[in-house]
This record gives sequence, C-alpha cells and structure tokens, in this order.
Amino acid sequence: MTTDLHDLDALASLTDRVRRQAYRVVADGTGPIGRDEVADALGVGRTLAAFHLDKLVAAGLLEVSYARRSGKTGPGAGRPAKLYRLAAAEHAVSVPPRAYRTAAEVLAEAVEQAGAEETLYRVAQRHGRRTPAGADVTELLTAQGYEPVAGGPDRIELRNCPFHRLAEQFPPVICGMNLAMITGLLTGAGLDDVWAARMDAAPGRCCVTLSKK
Amino acid sequence: MSDFHLAQMNTARLRAPLEDPSMIEFAEGLTLMNELADRSPGFVWRLADENGDGTIAAPADPSRIYTLSAWESPEHLRAYAYQSRHLEYLRRRRDWFHPNGHRAALVLWWIPAGQAPTLRQGISRLGRLQADGPTPGAFTFRELFPAPELSRR
Repeated sequence: MTTDLHDLDALASLTDRVRRQAYRVVADGTGPIGRDEVADALGVGRTLAAFHLDKLVAAGLLEVSYARRSGKTGPGAGRPAKLYRLAAAEHAVSVPPRAYRTAAEVLAEAVEQAGAEETLYRVAQRHGRRTPAGADVTELLTAQGYEPVAGGPDRIELRNCPFHRLAEQFPPVICGMNLAMITGLLTGAGLDDVWAARMDAAPGRCCVTLSKK
Repeated sequence: MSDFHLAQMNTARLRAPLEDPSMIEFAEGLTLMNELADRSPGFVWRLADENGDGTIAAPADPSRIYTLSAWESPEHLRAYAYQSRHLEYLRRRRDWFHPNGHRAALVLWWIPAGQAPTLRQGISRLGRLQADGPTPGAFTFRELFPAPELSRR
C-alpha cells in the first residue's frame, strides 16, 4: 500500500534494460511463453534470456508454469516446457508514503452505500471527455493503460484493467465507472462517431469492449 | 470435488413492483440471467419460487427480494456474477433497486455439499455479517474464507 522495501526490490529488478525488455515481451504475449520466444524477440541467446526471466521470477514479477507445447503426450513427447507469465501480484512504490488505494476503497464503498453510482458515472464520463482530440483509438487506450488488442476487424478488447484490484472488490461500481470513463474518452478524442464502448465482461480482461458503430 | 459448496444470498429492495413498466428490463433479465446461471460452470443449485424466476419476496415486505444459490467455489460464482453478461445488470441495479445503505446486500458461507441452504439460514447469515463483519460463517468476496475442510488440513 505504502512504501514497502520488497516492492522496491521487485521494481528495482527492472532497471536492467534487457531484463525490462524481457518483462515487456512476456507482458505483451497473449499467454504463457517460453525462453526461446523471449530470446528470439530480444535477439539474445537462450541462456541469457532464461537468466533474466528467472531473475524476474525471483523478484515476484513473473510466474512459471510447465506445459507440453507441441500437443504431444505420452512417452517421447519430451519434457514439458518452462513457460513464463505475469505474476498476479501488484507492486507500487511511493516516496513519501501515499495510500491512494485505501482512499479509493473507502470512496467506492461510500458510493455503493449511498447508491450514488449515477453521479459517479456522470463524473467519470466528464473526466474522460477532457482528453484532447486527435489520438487514434489504439493510442488513446494505450496511453490510459488498457493494452488494447484487435478482437476482430470491428472490435477491440482491452487486456489490462487499470483499476483491477478495486474492480474485483467493487465490480458494479468500478466497472460502471470504467465504462463511463471510456465512453467519455471516445467523445473527447472525437472517436465516438466511429467506436462505441459497452459492458462485455469476460474472465481475464477488462469488462469493456469497443465495437465499430 | 470439495466436501463443501459455497452458498450465496443476495437481497434488494425494489423501486417498483416487478409488473411495473419501469421494471420490465429487470424482469426480463431475471429469466435470462437464471438461464445463464443454470448453465454456468460450477453452478449447483438455486432457490426457485413457483414462477421459477429465483427471486423470493419477503412475506412482510413484497418489495424486499432475495436470491439464494449454491456454487462449487467462489471462483465459479465470481465468473458468473462479475465476468459475464450478468455484470451489466449489476451495473444498472440503481435503476431498479433502492440503495442498501450500510446494510449488507450479499453474504457468502460454506455448506456441506449436497445440502441446500435455506432462506432462513441466509437471512441469519446476513444478520451475522452485519453484526460481526466478515467471519468464516458469513463473509463476502472482499474477504473470502477457505472451505472448512481446507482449514482443517
């Protein structure tokens, strides 16, 4: 919540440029990936890629799973490959100590108890509308941390929820706020005549998707 | 398969009777969402009244409704409630329900697999959550407790 030396260690492990790139490759992947793919993406040797990946695991930023990748099973299928994916844990460091998440939790609970969701949605939409016009839809959503990917020619899915922990604690309040904010962002950026945001919840990604009008 | 299932009870106070025009979308959604629950992974059981719509009105106050269900795990219930089309209905709950204020609207507790929770049990668990905060006998998604067999080991 506030500054924790363990979090600082985790983030400090990203100061190495190659390691940071390795983290980026895993983060950008659609699922768990092996050291060979990371090595290819970075243009470094497999041993070096594995070294950095394992450092990231030790720092708690990545998690390991094992799977046979070729679809082969039984004897002769070989050893399962070691695969890397982002760890679920979140790390934040603030100097001096700040506890914005605690404040956000308290506010979300108050909104819920007061039944003030309509006001929250209105404020969130207005907040989104303040974004300057001009960016294309991918730039706009990337800048806000949503990690947009095409889910078809006329559809965009968002792989990251910028409010993830809070959304897990207060799903209707925070997901509703998020939908209103994205709707506002599209208006502010001048993209609302082309794209529409809607609530389209599914496991493992943001609850909002965009579709072409 | 676990020896315990997760029981869930929800309560809400309706802004208007279910037959009121302002409630049409909610009433239609009930059927759709019950069908979705019934075919969702990990769904075990839900209380159905004679209409089968799964909302039970309190005898003393017809605007007070309850839903009661059982699931294999919190993850299964979470996937249905918050990672499906059901979330859009939750987002719009203020269109149809009065705010619950400081009173708990949702309670979770563990039941032996094969037993169905009762409405009375659920109302009592809501009261416990209200009085004591989250405990192993009455909790919420914000503070989950493991199934009893897991705590014993």
